[in-house]
Amino acid sequence: MKDIVSVDHLRVEFATDGGPVVGVEDVSFTIAPGETLCVVGESGSGKSVTSLSLMRLVEFGGGTITAGRLNFERADGTMLDVAAAPAQVMGAVRGHEIGMIFQEPMTALNPVFTIERQLTDGLILHKGLTQEAASARALELLQSVRIPEPERRLKQYPHELSGGMRQRVVIAMAMACDPKLLIADEPTTALDVTIQAEILALINRLKRENGMAVLFITHDMAVVAQMADRVVVMYRGRIVETGTVNQIFENPKEDYTKALLAAVPKLGEMKGKPAPEKMRLIGDEAARAAAAPVKARVPEVLLQVKNLTTRFPVKGGILRRTVAQVHAVEDVSFTLNVGETLALVGESGCGKSSCGRSILRLIEPTSGEVWIGGRDIGALNRADLRRARADMQMVFQDPFASLNPYRRLKDQVAEPIQNFGLATGAALEALVLQLFDRVRLPRDFMNRYPHELSGGQRQRVAIARALAVNPKLIVADEAVSALDVSVQAQVLNLMMELQEDLGLSYLFISHDMAVVERVAHHVGVMYLGRIVEIGPRSAVFDSPRHPYTQSLLSAVPIADPRQRRFAEDLAFKPITSPIFPLGHQPAPSTYTEVTPGHFVLSL
Amino acid sequence: MKRFKTTKGMIGIVLLSLIALIAIFGPMVIPPDAATAMDMRARRAPPSLTHLFGTDQLGRDLLFRVILGTRTSLEIAVSAVLMSVVLGLPLGLISGYFGRWIDNVLMRFVDTLLAFPALLLALTISAVLGPNIQNTIIAIGVAFTPYLARIIRGEALRVAQMPYVEAARSSGTTDAMIMWRHVLPNILPAVIVQATISLAFAILAEAGLSFLGLGTQPPAASWGLMIQASRDQLDIAPWTAVVPGLAVALTVLGLNMFGDVLRDILDPRSK
Repeated sequence: MKDIVSVDHLRVEFATDGGPVVGVEDVSFTIAPGETLCVVGESGSGKSVTSLSLMRLVEFGGGTITAGRLNFERADGTMLDVAAAPAQVMGAVRGHEIGMIFQEPMTALNPVFTIERQLTDGLILHKGLTQEAASARALELLQSVRIPEPERRLKQYPHELSGGMRQRVVIAMAMACDPKLLIADEPTTALDVTIQAEILALINRLKRENGMAVLFITHDMAVVAQMADRVVVMYRGRIVETGTVNQIFENPKEDYTKALLAAVPKLGEMKGKPAPEKMRLIGDEAARAAAAPVKARVPEVLLQVKNLTTRFPVKGGILRRTVAQVHAVEDVSFTLNVGETLALVGESGCGKSSCGRSILRLIEPTSGEVWIGGRDIGALNRADLRRARADMQMVFQDPFASLNPYRRLKDQVAEPIQNFGLATGAALEALVLQLFDRVRLPRDFMNRYPHELSGGQRQRVAIARALAVNPKLIVADEAVSALDVSVQAQVLNLMMELQEDLGLSYLFISHDMAVVERVAHHVGVMYLGRIVEIGPRSAVFDSPRHPYTQSLLSAVPIADPRQRRFAEDLAFKPITSPIFPLGHQPAPSTYTEVTPGHFVLSL
Repeated sequence: MKRFKTTKGMIGIVLLSLIALIAIFGPMVIPPDAATAMDMRARRAPPSLTHLFGTDQLGRDLLFRVILGTRTSLEIAVSAVLMSVVLGLPLGLISGYFGRWIDNVLMRFVDTLLAFPALLLALTISAVLGPNIQNTIIAIGVAFTPYLARIIRGEALRVAQMPYVEAARSSGTTDAMIMWRHVLPNILPAVIVQATISLAFAILAEAGLSFLGLGTQPPAASWGLMIQASRDQLDIAPWTAVVPGLAVALTVLGLNMFGDVLRDILDPRSK
């Protein structure tokens, strides 16, 4: 079949103060009708620049297409070189013959217009429809993306819709004029895993029904395995490897592709293994040698959480009085042993972060007890709490925001040590040096500032800072979520190595089931502030009992093209609101022990 | 120091050093009484070889008066802005960092001050304390404090919510140390920008007070006083406004350029 898109030796440059910088170079690929081409790469690989060039939107970001052809077959059968097309022609092509879905569903919709207005604008402009005809078509589109109550949604504004529904509207907008090509730039990255599954299934169905070609941009190898017919792997603005999805996953030719695949945790690959295991990274000899399972020590309780509850007030009215409460953490109890990892998993808003912060008393819990090493953290006064913080440290999600841009790295790592007066002068310097070695950062980084480091290096600094006072517990709140996959694997391996050597306990808060399966000894699944299921990792992953755990696990994309799961339309139960009126007393959490140590919330 | 070598940085530095030299040495260099000597035959004389910048309504030489006024104007403006930073910085920092009831109490106080126009406030203070240079400085300094405090509070509020502040707290850093090490450096750029803008307004505020007889007392000269005096004769002797006006404009330009460059130098990201 004739290709609908053929990109030939594309080169894009960006003008900067220091002269032109090449964004992508020598990029060539084709897409046939009805085919999904996935462009995959880590940050800075040029994958988004490639997709934006195809829409000629790259110019709005300061880029220029300096070489190459971008042929696109228009609806009337003629070929158009997008790179040389005049602005009016592109205006007719964009949104009409090529549809685009963006990453962030909130910012892709204009907050001051109704859904109907946003959907009909393009139809009236491109198709010349009347207002009535356009409105009728808008309703049809909402039905085709399976939004519940489509008639009501038309009159609503974007903020009244959930994230998943908004992304469905964005897809409906992209589909409005029956485009021949759909470009999806990280369409599910900002979404929860169950919503991601729904959206992926939706894109698959629309492609099948309309015979569209899909250009799918993503950093997530698991999504690629689920969606792609063919794959283009990019690295630093160039194509590394092209092939069918099976070739790429089963028989990768290039070292970079192999390294990328080795770094991806695959849900289900830990089946039957009792303890967490480091990733076998290519070229990382240290990790390969020590790929032995991380063994749990003799069980000795470090952290015990009893009936922890945290509620936030919702203020309203002129007097700013508390009118309702967000039940962020609701009657949560668990124990964490010395040298072990307990993972708290769940979707956004389930209370997993609030739980971690309540344990450290970074936010004050409403009730409940937290015992660390025989001390009740909740009963400590300010001064004692400050001293107790030496035992419990935190690593944050965003390595860019968790370091002060104005301080040298050695000062930031030294700060906790100074706080507790553990060392001064030369001894302090030596200690900081040791910590940099420990997290495998070059010593000359000590005098640098955060902006000079990459995301992974910054996260190592954050870990060094957390280690500085020899804590017993580290709360890692989505500590690897913002990192590229190969960097994520290295940081995970480092964390496991530190656990082995220092006997650290981790409370590992994450939304990523595949990562959790790799690192955790025990797993607690959170839903609406409660732990709905908790137990040894193998028990929770291999025989999930609670319906929510089951649906969560079924929604996770698997990095294996032979295990496709999103062919049929999916509809998960939407998460209800955790906001309750004042004085609402929810029933206490009661659990059934299904197998030893494996507890499920009674329904 | 490389940052100073941009065009902007150089212009800023040259302008400010020139103005500083004039302020320090100007009054010693010009002939005594030259700035106050009246020449009734040469009232409102346009710029010429005898009077390079022309003369004012009393026949005083504008060049000498501008030079003499530099010291007064800058002394008042710089001291007043420094004072408002010294008062506003802790106010805004504490308010924004701690939030809650502390913020409410401090900001209601600031709001009360804000409810009066800055000049009116300065006028009242100056009238109560009596007209002299120190009191003018105090009046303008206090009047400018709420604006600075508001801006600093907003910045402190933003920075206090950054993860690195939470990270510092979770590793046992005390509130005072967090404010000093983490919040202050990160709000400094906003303070510098606001302070340079305030300097320009302080020069004009001094003019307003002088106009009402509460600021600089004649025969002493200040730029503001000169601008105010030119008000009635703009149509017949425009140079009487242009000369001190230009002095204010060049100072503000120099300060802004210098402020921008200073902000870049303090930011490690721009190195």
